[in-house]
Amino acid sequence: MRSLLIALWFSLLFLPFKGPLPSLILFVSLSFTIMTLVFLRGYAHTLIGHGGAMMQRIRSAKLFRPSPLVTRSLLLFVLMALPFFLRDYFLDVAILSGIYIILALGLNVVVGFTGLLNLGFVAFYAVGAYTYALLNVKLGLGFWQSLPLSLALTTLSGFILAIPALRLRGDYLAIVTLGFGEIVRLILNNWDSLTGGPNGISGIASPHLFGLPMGTLNRYYYLILGAALLTYVVVSRIRSSRIGRAWIAIREDEIGASSMGINTMRYKLYSFAFGAFWAGLAGALFAAKMRFVSPESFTFMESVLILCMVILGGLGSIGGVIIGSVALVVLPEVLREVQSYRMIALGAGLILIMIFRPQGLFSVGQRVPKPLV
Amino acid sequence: MFFQQLINGLTVGGVYALIALGYTMVYGILELINFAHGEIYMLGAYLGIIFFAFFTAAGLTAYSLPLSLVLTLVLSVTFCSAYGFTMERIAYRPLRNAPRLSPLISAIGVSIFLQNYVMLTQGATDKVFPHLFGDAGLTLSGARITYLQIFIIVLSCLLMLSLHLYVTRTKMGKAMRAVAQDKVMASLVGINIDSVISVTFIIGSGLAAVAGIMVAMYYGLVNYSIGYIAGIKAFTAAVLGGIGSIPGAMFGGIFLGLVESVGGSYLSSEYKDAYAFAVLIVILLIKPSGIFGKTTEEKV
Repeated sequence: MRSLLIALWFSLLFLPFKGPLPSLILFVSLSFTIMTLVFLRGYAHTLIGHGGAMMQRIRSAKLFRPSPLVTRSLLLFVLMALPFFLRDYFLDVAILSGIYIILALGLNVVVGFTGLLNLGFVAFYAVGAYTYALLNVKLGLGFWQSLPLSLALTTLSGFILAIPALRLRGDYLAIVTLGFGEIVRLILNNWDSLTGGPNGISGIASPHLFGLPMGTLNRYYYLILGAALLTYVVVSRIRSSRIGRAWIAIREDEIGASSMGINTMRYKLYSFAFGAFWAGLAGALFAAKMRFVSPESFTFMESVLILCMVILGGLGSIGGVIIGSVALVVLPEVLREVQSYRMIALGAGLILIMIFRPQGLFSVGQRVPKPLV
Repeated sequence: MFFQQLINGLTVGGVYALIALGYTMVYGILELINFAHGEIYMLGAYLGIIFFAFFTAAGLTAYSLPLSLVLTLVLSVTFCSAYGFTMERIAYRPLRNAPRLSPLISAIGVSIFLQNYVMLTQGATDKVFPHLFGDAGLTLSGARITYLQIFIIVLSCLLMLSLHLYVTRTKMGKAMRAVAQDKVMASLVGINIDSVISVTFIIGSGLAAVAGIMVAMYYGLVNYSIGYIAGIKAFTAAVLGGIGSIPGAMFGGIFLGLVESVGGSYLSSEYKDAYAFAVLIVILLIKPSGIFGKTTEEKV
């Protein structure tokens, strides 16, 4: 009865938007779904019990636990071999995944490790991409000459945003970063003489490496793979370093951390700048890959998408975030037919994850952070 | 010229103030930035267009325009309140004791969901609200004020006044103020926190719906993405006045409307949307507690 009422409520809410018939369909399907869920809930406990026991058995079986070195080299081998098996289209998706992995790992430093919500992360990505684009098109600098400048500028912009913004508490900080992201996008959109406005900048050169042009997908894949690996290694090393532990301490309890002698302001600053650095790298790589940049690629939704990757994978979990980024790039490609439902599912997903699994879907084998009050 | 901008700013400012009230009430009670509040305003604008089109098709508008407008207003407000109530039940109530960032992220989820929900059901193109009042209006010392502008200014002032009376004079209003001060103490003296929070969301969403319909009437065009930017601006207004403070939100909204229309005409109108962000960042950096707000120390 209750499930019928709930279904009726939602169908009524839906009524003005699509008319009576779709509402009726929604009512029938919703009441069916809710009743099934209620019915299943009775069995959920036993099901979860079985699943848990199964997982235990799998974990305890020695067979499934080769040394990390072996798994890692195997994984690397597979990744290296991919271009020989994938069609160009899939290679393209793989390259895009790589760029998002770098971005998400960078954001993970800020949101996952340090617990600061940055909703304007895409601004750093844009700064990185536009710096390379402008240096290349206007000054004729090559990729490797512009890259250090690009990275320096994004890191600097990380500092510039962080110095004033970090005086603010959690949600205010989120809003200020959001405003920063929007202002950067508006400047890119309106400063026509420098950035080409909404038309963007085209004709960006792709990089050369050791004299080899990296223009082909195959070669670019290896470049991205290298960059993503570098990000992975550096980020995971820094997490277990003194700085990384300070970040995690700040996330867990800021007042506690500062009373243990951690200069919270300074470490938060590092976190912002360090996260921005990777966004700059991803931006330069993105500009070089697309050979075209425009403000359209750097909207608020892009920030949200990267945030979703981090949250889906599990805040703070490096492996999880990588899986999350690949999943969010690959899934929409696989589900082409339902493309338009992608964002609505993403929105619902965010709510559901926050309620049922705040530690993320893929944060396996991770010390799960205890929620703060 | 300046006087004209003042009138335009006052009109837009009244709308911002109505949306800002929703932010500030929710923040005052839950300490949550209800990121999806702008989407409720967008829903209000859409519902207004849908219901008005329905009444026009049914012949009611031809029979009596005021009746059909009032019915549109009432129905849209009812639906938006229902949406606000549902939103709180689904996305915020389960997270009330979660870490601070969780409800914020789930609010972003709600916002994306509602935007795409409207885009999928109503299409991605602009919707048009019929031009009802034309450009009829009064001319006051060289500036023109249309009847629609008068309607918007008067209605927003009336709503703000009644909200003020509701919060200060009724029992529920007293309960709301008590919950905003201290949730645990309030529940100890027998106030039902859950229902107070629900009422807060219902009122806030209703006000946002009115704002949405008025904007739809004023600009004539509505798009599924209007909620995001309006939400940011109203949030700025709420912060400007001191988040959690109801008179602050009213003042902030009107002030922001004035800044925007005067700045847009004397400086650059290309950056019109950036003014709100700039104002927001500057206030948060200089005086995060806003003009009417209280400063709170962070406690262990």
